[in-house]
Amino acid sequence: MELHRLTAHQLSDLIAQKKTSPKEIAQDLLKRIKKTEKKVKAFCFLDEKDVLRQCAELEKRTSHGALFGIPVVIKDNICVQGQDTTCSSRILKGFKPPYDATCVRRLKQEGAIIFAKGNMDEFAFGSSCETSCYGPTHNPWDLKRIPGGSSGGSAASVAADETILALGSDTGGSIRQPASLCGVVGFKPTYGRVSRYGLIAFASSLDQIGPLAKDVQDAAILLNVISGHDGQDSTCADVKVPDYTKALVNNVNGLRIGYPKEYFAKGLNTEVKDSVETALGLLRKLGAQVKEISLPHTGYAVADYYIIATAEASSNLARFDGVQYGHRASDFDNLLDMYAKTRGEGFGEEAKRRIILGTYALSSGYYDAYYLRALKARRLIKEDFDRAFKDCDCIVTPTSPTAAFKIGERIDNPLAMYLSDIYTISVNLAGLPAISVPCGFNEKGLPIGLQFIARAFEEEVLLRGAYTFEQNTDYHLKKPEL
Amino acid sequence: MDIEYVAKLARIELNKQEKKRLSTQLGDILAYIEKLKELNISSVEPMSHVLPLKNVFRRDEVRPSLPQEKVLANAPHAAGNNFSVPRIIE
Amino acid sequence: MYQPVIGLEVHVQLDTKSKCFCGCSIKFGQSPNSQTCPVCLGFPGSLPVLNEAALKLSLKAALALDCEVSKFIKFDRKNYFYPDLPKNFQISQYDLPLSHNGALFIDSESGRKKIRIRRVHLEEDAGKLVHPEKGKMSMVDFNRSGTPLLEIVSEPDIDSAEEAYDYLLRLKAILEYLEVSDCNMEEGSLRCDANVSLKSAGGALGDKVELKNMNSFKGVKQALEYEIKRQAELLDKKKKITQETRLWDAVKNVTVSMRSKEEAHDYRYFPEPDLVPFILDEDYIKKIRESLPELPQARAERFAREYNIPRYDAAVLTADKYLADYFEQCVQLYDKTKIVSNWIMTELLAHLNKRNIDIRYLELKPKSFVSILEMMDEGSISGKLAKEILPEALESKKEPRDIVKEKGLVQVTDTKEIETIVERVIKENPKAAGDYYQGKTSAFTFLVGQIMRVSRGKANPKVANKILKEQLERRGNA
Repeated sequence: MELHRLTAHQLSDLIAQKKTSPKEIAQDLLKRIKKTEKKVKAFCFLDEKDVLRQCAELEKRTSHGALFGIPVVIKDNICVQGQDTTCSSRILKGFKPPYDATCVRRLKQEGAIIFAKGNMDEFAFGSSCETSCYGPTHNPWDLKRIPGGSSGGSAASVAADETILALGSDTGGSIRQPASLCGVVGFKPTYGRVSRYGLIAFASSLDQIGPLAKDVQDAAILLNVISGHDGQDSTCADVKVPDYTKALVNNVNGLRIGYPKEYFAKGLNTEVKDSVETALGLLRKLGAQVKEISLPHTGYAVADYYIIATAEASSNLARFDGVQYGHRASDFDNLLDMYAKTRGEGFGEEAKRRIILGTYALSSGYYDAYYLRALKARRLIKEDFDRAFKDCDCIVTPTSPTAAFKIGERIDNPLAMYLSDIYTISVNLAGLPAISVPCGFNEKGLPIGLQFIARAFEEEVLLRGAYTFEQNTDYHLKKPEL
Repeated sequence: MDIEYVAKLARIELNKQEKKRLSTQLGDILAYIEKLKELNISSVEPMSHVLPLKNVFRRDEVRPSLPQEKVLANAPHAAGNNFSVPRIIE
Repeated sequence: MYQPVIGLEVHVQLDTKSKCFCGCSIKFGQSPNSQTCPVCLGFPGSLPVLNEAALKLSLKAALALDCEVSKFIKFDRKNYFYPDLPKNFQISQYDLPLSHNGALFIDSESGRKKIRIRRVHLEEDAGKLVHPEKGKMSMVDFNRSGTPLLEIVSEPDIDSAEEAYDYLLRLKAILEYLEVSDCNMEEGSLRCDANVSLKSAGGALGDKVELKNMNSFKGVKQALEYEIKRQAELLDKKKKITQETRLWDAVKNVTVSMRSKEEAHDYRYFPEPDLVPFILDEDYIKKIRESLPELPQARAERFAREYNIPRYDAAVLTADKYLADYFEQCVQLYDKTKIVSNWIMTELLAHLNKRNIDIRYLELKPKSFVSILEMMDEGSISGKLAKEILPEALESKKEPRDIVKEKGLVQVTDTKEIETIVERVIKENPKAAGDYYQGKTSAFTFLVGQIMRVSRGKANPKVANKILKEQLERRGNA
């Protein structure tokens, strides 16, 4: 049986019926990886012995959890105790956290297998997974293309059936965009839904951990496990967590869906546009009330984001200085020199670019012109959504303006790269939940994604819309040939 | 942008090439960011938190610290139970 | 003549059990890096959560210092690189401190003076750097990192080193009364930096010098005295004062320029995104206000009124919470309040200072202390003896009554015994007795002295006086 092709809910059923075991699943995946990983390069760390040790431990367990025996790939910026956690950066090489991120602790409690560390853009700075110090991850649908980013390793491993589930993090689209480009489901929860404790911060006010999965049901199962209040994260809301699997109903009758006209303007690839419009047509046919809405400040989101995100990042990444962990330059004259060389050697180009930009935006004399202005514009962007949600229950948009582009295509043009997050960034600025589901393929056979956005803490609305769409299409069933 | 100054502030050593390249790229990005100036934001309150969360505390209770060997396990340089850095002249 | 313009910036560690943003203990003097966790080490992925007690203690201090408390409190990041700062930013408060516009009153011979408080805010402490004598490395210990720290900034209303000293004493007293900090300068739980400039007769204000590295109240005073003199001398010579940071050298008693290649500070403050705002309702603040204990000023006024002691004495006694507590315990046991206050202020304090004992750790309990006063009243010891017994009780840790008994020091009030001594003294000093009859009063004093000498101070002076007079008179008549 090709267990690696199955979903978490299918495997859980098989385990419950004693038709398979955690060890069998893990071994099947390890076999699959032997064949595919050298092409995809989705992982930066995989410890086979540790995976089998975890399986053996699970066999001793008397009570099973919601993810018993299900392998989950963890993005390399989420702390796993005693395992390399490096944000795919040279500066953190060798870093083994002395603690588990809250979401990892919850996964372990529920019997999941912490399977591998997913490759990513260095410190989640990127939309292509090319800036990793371990080299790029390849899109399973076309190995010459990027898988999207920054959670590219997580998305590609799910798409390539190298894992069953994965965790990513989303600061400006880093779960949804690679999910879209790899043809899988990517879920960015409401800001404050999932604890960030143990997620190595990029931009604290935007970051959120979320699931990558083969279908909407799996995403809901994983979301159930990682959601909820955590006393170690002040920004994690004390809002009751419903059973998200109960929201999986195949019915959008009466659901009010808005599509923002600003998202269908210049810059949107026509094949993507066609797919999304077809999807909207289907949703309408299924009983949803679909209408055009406006998010007038959409055009400012990318600019706004690149100030806020880089400013926060410049401060969050100050701690990587060679004192307590990670890389320290070997040759220096004094403390100042040690800092400058350690950071000069340890950070890649994109990281340097963003730290410099963020440092500048906060520096004396520029704060008001950049950072303060950005905080104000952020409110306008959020208020756009507040207004829109008076008339609709969810918003549907393309996830990415294009399908996967070629490796190297945009690496020298940062601004073009930044603009690939144009449809996902506003959601982070507004702190809203959003999901990307496959909604078609372009002529080259590359996947296209559809984004659903809902009000804060209304993840159930997203699941209902996305699940209904998925149940009435078969894009999610198609697999890349590897 | 005075890239020398900002790089020094950020404690990042850049070589000549990097400085040149970054200056051009950051120039483009800053030019793009300029579009925020089109917005009339004089009466808008800045938003640093997107959720209306407030008053999140923990109780004043002592919890176990990490064992010293775990604290120092990742240290590039340690001396005894201390982290060590190039001497600071005072 | 120049007028010094001084502002003080005081940092006090708050007396919580755990750190400001994590559960590590703040206990002093532990093995390096043994009281640390991912949060106070700033490990990647860790996040801060505010200790409610730290905020409550801060608010207590702010209210006691008469500050306006902000209804909306937020934290900011102060970004700078230093090895004792694990995240390379400090969680602090910038544009919206938790309180501002307060005041503290100091009393001096010239009366009461108001020193305005600019702001009081909460922040986290950094770790500690140690520079071993040998080698090319400095050591970093993060045990202190994340300890809650209150920053109290005064307006430049202080105009002498003496006043700065009084301000610190009063501030320390208030904080001790509030039980928000143990204010132990040696352990670094209270630190003080000073800004000082001189205003010339014409009114022009000179450039500001920041003084650091004072580790005692006296050090602050001495550093300011030195610095005021140094600046005045420069101005006299028409030289310019450099705006700089100078360090106090407590060994050489001088301030020295901190000759580091200090770049312009650019702290890049911005709101701490990992902490949410704190919005305090009236009730919350009211409850804290109501929980404030009686403060030094009020206690001094009450002491003067209730115990009928001079205002000055009341101020001295209440300047230290624990001294005032001691006094009050004593007067509960012994109602001659003036005597208690005199004895505490002169005798007890002198001995404590000499032995460098903190009244808090004094083993001589009030009950034992007042037993000395009671023995004087009973007439069993003289005042002179009492003054000798006090230090002995402090040293030996014995009960004063036991000391008196053991040494046979009990005063001789037995008339017969004294009569024998008096007879002997008169016999041995015929000249003095003769002088007495000649009307020389000094001769009488001499004879009393001799009686005390012979009795080794044990003779009750009143009784001895009486008997001497009687005997001399009897002889004179004979």
